[in-house]
Amino acid sequence: MRPERVDKIATGVILGLAGLVGLIILSLLIYILAMGIPHISWHFLTTNAESFTAGGGIRDQLFNSLYLVVLTLIVSVPLALCAAIYLSEYAPQNRWTRMLRLAIEVLSSLPSVVVGLFGYLVFVLQFGLDFSLLAGALALTILNLPILTRSCEDALRQVPYLQRQAGLGLGMSKWRVTTKIVLPAALPGIITGAILSAGRIFGEAAALIYTAGQSSSAISYTDWNPFSPTSFLNPMRPAETLAVHIWKVNSEGLVPDARAVSNGSAAVLIITILLFNLVARYVGHRIKQRLTK
Amino acid sequence: MDDLKKRLNQPSVESRQEWVGKLISYLAIILIGGLVGTILVFLTFKGVALFKNNGVSVWHFLSSTDWQPSHHHYGALPMIITSFSVTVLSGIVALPLALVVSIAITEMLPKKIYQFFQPLIELLVGIPSVVYGYLGLTVIVPYLRQLFGGTGFGILAASCVLFLMILPTMTSMTIDSLQAVPQKYRQASAGLGATRWQTISRVIIPSAKSGILTAMVFGMARAFGEALAVQMVIGNTTVIPKNLMESSATLTSVLTTGIGNTVMGTASNNALWSLALILLVMSLAFNLLMRLASKKGAK
Repeated sequence: MRPERVDKIATGVILGLAGLVGLIILSLLIYILAMGIPHISWHFLTTNAESFTAGGGIRDQLFNSLYLVVLTLIVSVPLALCAAIYLSEYAPQNRWTRMLRLAIEVLSSLPSVVVGLFGYLVFVLQFGLDFSLLAGALALTILNLPILTRSCEDALRQVPYLQRQAGLGLGMSKWRVTTKIVLPAALPGIITGAILSAGRIFGEAAALIYTAGQSSSAISYTDWNPFSPTSFLNPMRPAETLAVHIWKVNSEGLVPDARAVSNGSAAVLIITILLFNLVARYVGHRIKQRLTK
Repeated sequence: MDDLKKRLNQPSVESRQEWVGKLISYLAIILIGGLVGTILVFLTFKGVALFKNNGVSVWHFLSSTDWQPSHHHYGALPMIITSFSVTVLSGIVALPLALVVSIAITEMLPKKIYQFFQPLIELLVGIPSVVYGYLGLTVIVPYLRQLFGGTGFGILAASCVLFLMILPTMTSMTIDSLQAVPQKYRQASAGLGATRWQTISRVIIPSAKSGILTAMVFGMARAFGEALAVQMVIGNTTVIPKNLMESSATLTSVLTTGIGNTVMGTASNNALWSLALILLVMSLAFNLLMRLASKKGAK
C-alpha cells in the first residue's frame, strides 16, 4: 500500500476512535449531571440525612467534607511547604536526599485504602482519637503530602536563579531570600497546587471509612464552641463525608430513595470539584497578573 | 572593648534566622520520611502476624483457594487473581485508547480543541472514584446484565469502571509525554518526506515510549489499589472466578468490607492485614516498574 493511503486510514481510525472514546465519556459525565442536578435543591442541601425514610438531605455530609478539607490543608500545607523549601533550596545532591525523594514517591504510590488502614491502626486505635474528623484529616494529610510537596517544589524551582543571586548579593541570608523573594514569586503556583489537591481530597472516601467513620452524630450549627461534643466545629466527632455517604447509601444503606440521594450527591461532588478547578485557575491567573504588573 | 568583641563574635540575627529556618525545613522533610518508614514498618509488622502468631504458612496463604476466615481457612489466591485480572484488563484496554486520544489531540487536531479539552480532562481526573463506582453500579452493571445475563456484577464490570477511572489520568500523562517530544523531530521527519502517520509511528511514539509506559504503569497501579469503586461492582464473593461475569472479590474489596467486621488481634483480622501487606508490596513493585520505565527513557 502507498504511504499516503496508510496515512489516510490511520488518521481516520485514530480520529474515529478518539471521537468515540470522547463521546462515551462525555455522555457518561452528562448522564451523571443530568440525573443529579434535578435532585439538588435548597432543601436537599440543607436537611439532615435520613437513615430509614426518604427525603433526606446532605447538609452534614457536605459540611463535613468541606471542614475536612480545611483541617487537612491546615496540617499539610505548612508541612509540605517546609519540606519543599528544603528540597529546592537546601538539599545537597547526595544519597540521603535521593532517599528522601524516594520516600515521597513511595508515599504517593500508596493505595488510599492502605493509608486508611494505617490511619485506623495509628490515629484511631493507638492515639485513641476514635473515629473522628481529626483522624480523618491526618489520614488525608498522608495522602496529600506527596502531591503538595511536589507542586510546591515545582513552584519554587520555577523562580529564576538570578532573583536568588540578587538577594544573596545584597547580603541576605538564604532563609531570608527564600521567604522574602522566592516564596512570594512562587505563591501563585503554591496556591494553585493547594486548591487542586483540595479537590482531590474532597472526593476521597477509601481512606476515610475507617478514620473519620461512617456515621454522623447530631450536630448543631449554632454551637460555636469547638470543644462541645455537639458543636459543628468539634474535630473529635465522627463524621461521614459526601463521598463516603454515596458509598454507604449504595452498599449497605436502608433508605428507600438511595438512588435519588446518591444521584444528587454525585452531582454535588462533581460540581464542587469543578469549582475547585476553576477557582485554582482563576486564582493562579489573577495573582500572576498582579505580580507581573 | 570586651563587650564589642563579644558582640562582633556572636552570630548575627541573620545567621541565627538562617539556622532556625534550615532546621524547620529539615524537620519537615524528616517528618515525611519518618512517616513513610513508620507506615512500612507498621503494616509489615501487622501483616506478618498471621504467619508468626497463627501458624499459617506464607505459601499456604498465597496458594490456597479457600477463604473462610470463620472456619480458619486463609487462602488469598482468589483475591490475588481477581485483583490482577481487573488491573491487567483495564490497563490493556485503556493504554491504546489513551494513546489514540492523545495522538489525536496533540498531533492532529487544532490547538483550540486541546484548550477546550484540557480543563475537561482535568475535571475527569479529579472525579472521585466513588462516583465512577456509582456510575458502574447504575449504568454498567444493569447494561452487562441485559447483555450477558447473570447478575452483571463481576470482573468485567469492575474492569469497565477502572477503565473509565484510569483513562483520563493515563491520557493526560500521555499527552504530556507526547508534547515533550521536541518540535525539531517532527520537522526533520516531515523534511524527509514522511507522512504524518510515518512520523507518529516511527518518530514520536518511539521517542515518547518511556513516558507512555510510565503512564500505563501509573494507571494500573491506581487500578490495583482502588477500593470502593471496585467493591461496589465486583459482587464480593471470595471464590476463584470462572469467567468475567461471575461475582468475585479483590484484595481491596475484601479489606473494605472486612476490617469493620473483625476484632483486632484475632486470626481473621490478622489475615486481612496480610492482604494489606500484599497490596503494599504490590504498590512498591509498581513504583519500581515506573522507575525502570522512566530510567529507560533517560538513557
